[in-house]
Amino acid sequence: MSPSRIQLTGVSKHWGATTAVDDISFDVAPGQFVILLGPSGCGKSTTLRMIAGLEEASQGTIHIGERDVTRASPGDRGLSMVFQSYALFPHLNVAENILFGLRSRRVPRAERDKRLAHVAKLVDLAPYLARKPANLSGGQRQRVALARAIVSEHPICLMDEPLSNLDARLRADMRREIKALQRRLNMTVIYVTHDQVEAMSMGDRVILMQHGRIVQDGTPSELYNQPASAFAASFIGSPAMNLLPLVALDSAAVIDGDTTPVAPLEAAGGKLGVRPEDIELRADHEPGVAAHIVSEEYLGADTVVHAAVGNHVLRVRLAGRPVLAEKKSYRLYWASAKAHLFAENGLRLEHLAPRAFTAAQRSVSRPPLVGSFQH
Amino acid sequence: MTLTAHRKLQLYGALLLLPAALLLGLFAYLPTISTVIQSLFLPGFRGAPPEFVGLDNYRYLFEDPKFWLVARNNLIYALGTIPTSMALSLAMALLVNRQLPGRGLVRMAYFTPTILPMIAAANIWMFFYAPQIGLFNKLLGAFGLGGMNWLGDPGVALYSIIVMSVWKEAGFFMLFYLAALQAIPPELKEAADLEGTSRWRFFWRVTFPLLMPTTLFVLINALINAVRVVDHLFILTKGGPNNATNLLLYYVYENAFAFFDRTTAATITVVILLVLAVVATLKFTLLDRRTHYQ
Repeated sequence: MSPSRIQLTGVSKHWGATTAVDDISFDVAPGQFVILLGPSGCGKSTTLRMIAGLEEASQGTIHIGERDVTRASPGDRGLSMVFQSYALFPHLNVAENILFGLRSRRVPRAERDKRLAHVAKLVDLAPYLARKPANLSGGQRQRVALARAIVSEHPICLMDEPLSNLDARLRADMRREIKALQRRLNMTVIYVTHDQVEAMSMGDRVILMQHGRIVQDGTPSELYNQPASAFAASFIGSPAMNLLPLVALDSAAVIDGDTTPVAPLEAAGGKLGVRPEDIELRADHEPGVAAHIVSEEYLGADTVVHAAVGNHVLRVRLAGRPVLAEKKSYRLYWASAKAHLFAENGLRLEHLAPRAFTAAQRSVSRPPLVGSFQH
Repeated sequence: MTLTAHRKLQLYGALLLLPAALLLGLFAYLPTISTVIQSLFLPGFRGAPPEFVGLDNYRYLFEDPKFWLVARNNLIYALGTIPTSMALSLAMALLVNRQLPGRGLVRMAYFTPTILPMIAAANIWMFFYAPQIGLFNKLLGAFGLGGMNWLGDPGVALYSIIVMSVWKEAGFFMLFYLAALQAIPPELKEAADLEGTSRWRFFWRVTFPLLMPTTLFVLINALINAVRVVDHLFILTKGGPNNATNLLLYYVYENAFAFFDRTTAATITVVILLVLAVVATLKFTLLDRRTHYQ
């Protein structure tokens, strides 16, 4: 078995009466880029720190390769870590910072120098080796932290929100660089973040956590297209998915305050989820739910329109800058395959399919309007 | 004369400085200058004006074997208290910085000697050191060992004073080290742990260098205290036996207020000031450059 396989079995962490991580199991294949995603306090960092050995698991076992490392010391697990604060030694220069671990492990000098030169080139730090961390920009410090993780040549690298201290533009660059570096060195990476953009763009696989448990474990597209719960649905995607309470009306479920059937009767009490980008704005007589425009946010490439349906307001994402009339009635339309149903407890209702809109629901004898609202 | 805006600003700044400058001048610089002047004169007898004698007072002082005895005592006292109390305070700070049952209690216990006034502490130690009923001799007696005359034996008395001073000072310095230790981000230890860095190596490669500014600060304070604090001598030995525990500042006090020899007192004071100034300059030029300030 490869030494870079990571296996967690029934791992929990308790602090007194509170449970930070509750019975988590997953298996990371060598070379995989796995994201631990979740809001703050969901246990993702604690999980990472238990893999690193910085916290001891209260229950369960952790295997790296074939070894049970549940009680092994951090230095004995063959992994490196990048910290959110970078954890650079402020009194040592860049070269000394990068080589700190190799010197602790008594790697011979010639070997150290060779690896330093190689890594410094890899992360573009060669001109800065003599500088102290205080004289580096945020992005450069981040690179030093990366270099320190790479230089150890451990097959596993753990990253704890490594980009959250950078500004937005640098973050986008570093996302690509880290991903490219991981591919090139074929590292196994477990990456903790609360930023769904990082999760979607970098991960081969995303493990979404909430309240110390795994909500969903899948590829980014699985998380986006088949969210396992209302929480997963609202956490992935920006702007967030619309989640609308369903109530029973006659023989079907409708959006609270509306009359158009959108789901089978059994879905009433649960929620309907539709992503803003999956909604089309159509003319009043076409199939869909009746809506009127509340406000709009112009974002350049697209516009987020807030439209009221029944007692609720939906976000609708339209390309460009459509011309909309405030008082006029519209229809919101979505393909039934793009809608999601969630039960009252938030879990996805796999066996129920949302209803498709049909023109027959309300036959209108007027001729259709020409053109779409999305030019 | 009209005031330009620039001049007004300067005047404003000078006025803001005035209160501090006045206090410093009146109570620090003026006495220093008058002491230096006093050390260059011999007082006149029966109302005669003081006589300028140049550096004669210093020559007499340097020819006085008692001065050299006291200076040597003070050197031993400094060498005995400074490194010991600093090492001890660092060790205590490292200990109570960790997770420890009853940590708050231990911290308080370490700090207690600092809260005690020196006079009170010296009184407590009087009872520890007392030849017949003292704690130390009782303890030694319990093991069947003969007691010592801790404060009465000229060969032992100075070291007894040193031990008491270390006890008194270490807790105070621990406070600075503890504050500095808590300013070191815990991630540094974690990052080192992931590389399998030993505790010993982490201390010398990371903790100690990062504590260097504190060490310098504590060093200067310890040095000043080694010359400045003599309260305990009044209680414990009064400089005796046979000047075995006499320290420079106590000697200054003796000269000024027991022997009424203000001139010698002034001369010794100037010598102390010069020595301290030289040491402080060395500290700022040599050690500061090699210290990492965050």
